[in-house]
Amino acid sequence: MSAQIRKIVVQVDEVRREMGRDITPPTRRALAMAVIENPFAGRYVEQLDALIAIGEELGGLLGDKCVQALGITPAQAHSYGKAAIVGEAGELEHAAAILHPKLGAPLRRAVEKGAALVPSAKKQGGVGTAVDVPLGHKDAAFVRSHFDAMEARVADAPRANEIVVAVVVTDSGRPLPRIGGLQVSEIVGQDGLR
Amino acid sequence: MSLIDIRRILTQVEDTFHEGGPRASTPLRRGAIAVVMTNPYAGRYEPDILPMMDALQPVGIDMAHRLRAAMDVPVERIEGYGKGAIIGAAGELEHGALWHVPGGYAMRELLGWKGDAAAYKRGESGGGQAGNALAIVPSTKKIGAPGAALDVPLTHINASYVRSHFDAMEVRVPGAPKPDEIVYILVMSTGARVHARVGGLAADAIAKWDGLR
Repeated sequence: MSAQIRKIVVQVDEVRREMGRDITPPTRRALAMAVIENPFAGRYVEQLDALIAIGEELGGLLGDKCVQALGITPAQAHSYGKAAIVGEAGELEHAAAILHPKLGAPLRRAVEKGAALVPSAKKQGGVGTAVDVPLGHKDAAFVRSHFDAMEARVADAPRANEIVVAVVVTDSGRPLPRIGGLQVSEIVGQDGLR
Repeated sequence: MSLIDIRRILTQVEDTFHEGGPRASTPLRRGAIAVVMTNPYAGRYEPDILPMMDALQPVGIDMAHRLRAAMDVPVERIEGYGKGAIIGAAGELEHGALWHVPGGYAMRELLGWKGDAAAYKRGESGGGQAGNALAIVPSTKKIGAPGAALDVPLTHINASYVRSHFDAMEVRVPGAPKPDEIVYILVMSTGARVHARVGGLAADAIAKWDGLR
């Protein structure tokens, strides 16, 4: 069963100056969200395969939307993250089924490679609930300049029987990184960590 | 120093396929662009703030074009518009009011209005030709903390009374405005509410082309 999508929201957040300093080029983060019907709202269902398939579908759809909104090639993506907000008639495990088993592979295709774990967050919430989507470098989780988060919310969702699924892709790290740690130039990109 | 110091730009485009009713044959697309900039008048009462209104003109035009591009539809598909401002705590509401002329004028120019901008600025009609974007651009403004949400009203670009196009879009920028900043906002939409069915003037019944009916 494919996702029953009510809305798609795409945001691009571009930072040009921070603390009075020019950011050149500007840092850019794209957020794509789908508001979908929760096929298991209001009842306990043991097998969550339908939501796992929806996660696979949305990983590609939302990952592509982000890359397209940034106007970059997949290889130019820097960091990524994912999150879900489950409406009141669902359960947290529904978010887990969407996010964890199969969403990652198509998202990695959308950003090319993606050796690192896709950081994630999930919660239950009502209409307008915000979730902070954690971000990490796609090829090396220890890159300190790219640890970040982007707030995601849809003003009129999730209704009780809905789930908001969010994917973030960036082409940059934080605006003024200066706390050391592993640098982008030092990425090996084999084990997903360094 | 220039009056315009942009720190951040956020664009948002959303497609609504349905809202519990029949799936729309063409999804409603609504877009918002929010520009976060320094408030040059923060922290004091400045009697003459009109230079900022002039300085905002090219900003508004650039924002209108960026928003149309982000929405990825031809100009002819834009049917609704609105504007707004969120002023950081060290500013005053009047600093948001500076957006009325440049914000509205920018979208009208993009969408087909070909009047006299100088006359419009003086409060006259500007002699815009009968046609697109004659309706007043609805607006809201408020003082807000970082992350404050503003409900920006939307109405039909050619006739304010078109009931199917009365709508609003919630816009907020996490982390902005800081006390000495302002967020200036434009919104556009491609059509009516997705399940519009409360009667009133319909878009295809616009007859007077006076911006109202």
